[in-house]
Amino acid sequence: MNLFLVDGFYLLAAMLFVGGIKGLTRPRTAVRGNQMAAIGMLVAVVVTLLDKSILSYEWILGGVVLGSLIGTVLATRIQMTAMPQMVALLNGFGGGASLCVAAASFLGLAETEGLQGLVALVAICVTLLIGAVTLTGSAVAFAKLQELLPGRPLGFRGIRGFNLLLFVAVLALAGSLISGSGDSGILILLSVLALVLGVTLVMPIGGADMPVVIALLNSYSGLAAAAAGFIMGNSVLVVSGALVGASGIILTRIMCVAMNRSLAGVLFGSMGEAGGPVMDADEVYAGKVKSSSPEEVGMLLESARRVVIVPGFGLAMAQAQHAVRDLADSLERRGIEVIYGLHPVAGRMPGHMNVLLAEAEVAYDKMQPMEEVNALFEQTDVAIVIGANDVTNPMAREDKGSPIYGMPILNVDKARTVVVVKRSLSPGFAGLPNPLFARDNCLMLFGDGKKAIMELTAAVNESI
Amino acid sequence: MEILILQISLFVLAVFLGVELITKVPATLHTPLMSGSNAISGITLVGALLAAGAGDGAGLWVPVLGMIAVTLATINVVGGFLVTNRMLRMFRPRKVSTPTAAKGGVSHESVPG
Repeated sequence: MNLFLVDGFYLLAAMLFVGGIKGLTRPRTAVRGNQMAAIGMLVAVVVTLLDKSILSYEWILGGVVLGSLIGTVLATRIQMTAMPQMVALLNGFGGGASLCVAAASFLGLAETEGLQGLVALVAICVTLLIGAVTLTGSAVAFAKLQELLPGRPLGFRGIRGFNLLLFVAVLALAGSLISGSGDSGILILLSVLALVLGVTLVMPIGGADMPVVIALLNSYSGLAAAAAGFIMGNSVLVVSGALVGASGIILTRIMCVAMNRSLAGVLFGSMGEAGGPVMDADEVYAGKVKSSSPEEVGMLLESARRVVIVPGFGLAMAQAQHAVRDLADSLERRGIEVIYGLHPVAGRMPGHMNVLLAEAEVAYDKMQPMEEVNALFEQTDVAIVIGANDVTNPMAREDKGSPIYGMPILNVDKARTVVVVKRSLSPGFAGLPNPLFARDNCLMLFGDGKKAIMELTAAVNESI
Repeated sequence: MEILILQISLFVLAVFLGVELITKVPATLHTPLMSGSNAISGITLVGALLAAGAGDGAGLWVPVLGMIAVTLATINVVGGFLVTNRMLRMFRPRKVSTPTAAKGGVSHESVPG
């Protein structure tokens, strides 16, 4: 095929990607958007296969068959609760692919003379670095999310200095490659150091910050693809990589804002965190926590006009999405308005809780983001908090000395009554007591989330 | 030189376009956005195909690395688009939300027919 036609088809693929992402801006068009992007990918692949620089197809066939098989099994088997692990894994594979492409390009590089060669070498080094860090960083994130590794920050004293040292060494090796004096030995050493760097960068980051890390690695996987595009002078890689890179960065920012943390704080701060004067849990709760029963809450719900359900990851852990939907159905049959209030970090990655609720067939227009639902709490009769803790902690609004001060929260305490479904008074990720539980308008419903919700539904149904 | 500048411009413009588009994606769709954009980043597959198909003249390592890259990128692409599709199908608007409630498995004995 002539070059003009090839570039034309690559442009078509890039346009389909852009159109696909545009489709994702509305739930109604999202399925079609995703299909559009997939067709774009197909176009790009087919055009590439027709390229005359491809001489043999055996290796390609093997890779495509194996990859499709693994990809299909992963995509159809994965539980919705495990979606963060899945995305982490896919990010890692993307990074790994870019790493291999960069290494192959270096070995296959015909001429390193002149500007063309220089650009290619710089791009190869950048791709190697980002690809390798994405591969092993994602592997660590996956292991933490899958609980193969403990969620707490891991590492050793001086890990930050060690990382800096590694980074400098990587730059030095890259420098010698770019100057043209490097051989494949240097290339391997550079890749190994970058792979180690990916591990030691993500190890010290705590489990609660994993959503930020996944979003950032998502961005890296895109940037690695874009860098690979610079190696080959391929514009479709540059454009699509840039799109994904931008997407990941924006999501990273959203997650950081929602957790009231700076990106630097997430990436480098977690080991050195000093514990300030932590509020004593007994003092906060002493004699003020009211325990309730499903019957009592059931009666409360019957006279309600608007109920807001605030789910957290605890709900997904208890697999209680369907039970919650049943409760909402029972309430709606009685003419009670039910909405779901979702904090941006509910769940373990951006928008995770929405997917879990959608799986339980909750209509998406009933899921309200934090800003909108916060405006409704004052006209809400009952707010039911299930498996969420820190995101409802009024200390974030009121206690200037608190470590979570300034974090945007769901103002459930503004509702007439708050019902908290929880196993015990144990603290959330932030390790803080929640003064919400001691409020006058708060009722605790102790027990397993799923069982408690089912009992509540039964209580509501019985009273009809 | 001109090609490089052209590509850098493309990169910068695509970043701007991405920012514009993605800030419009509602929070509800952020997880599918991540898995979907992840599948798009599997575009490295194009580079992987070229490396894997380089033929015998390129030595052994180029096609081997190429094949590993093709495998990883294909997992990325196929897995990413399929799982995104699976998620997005759950977000399809439903006309009636009650019929499925009847088989919800909660004590419905007490619900009058």
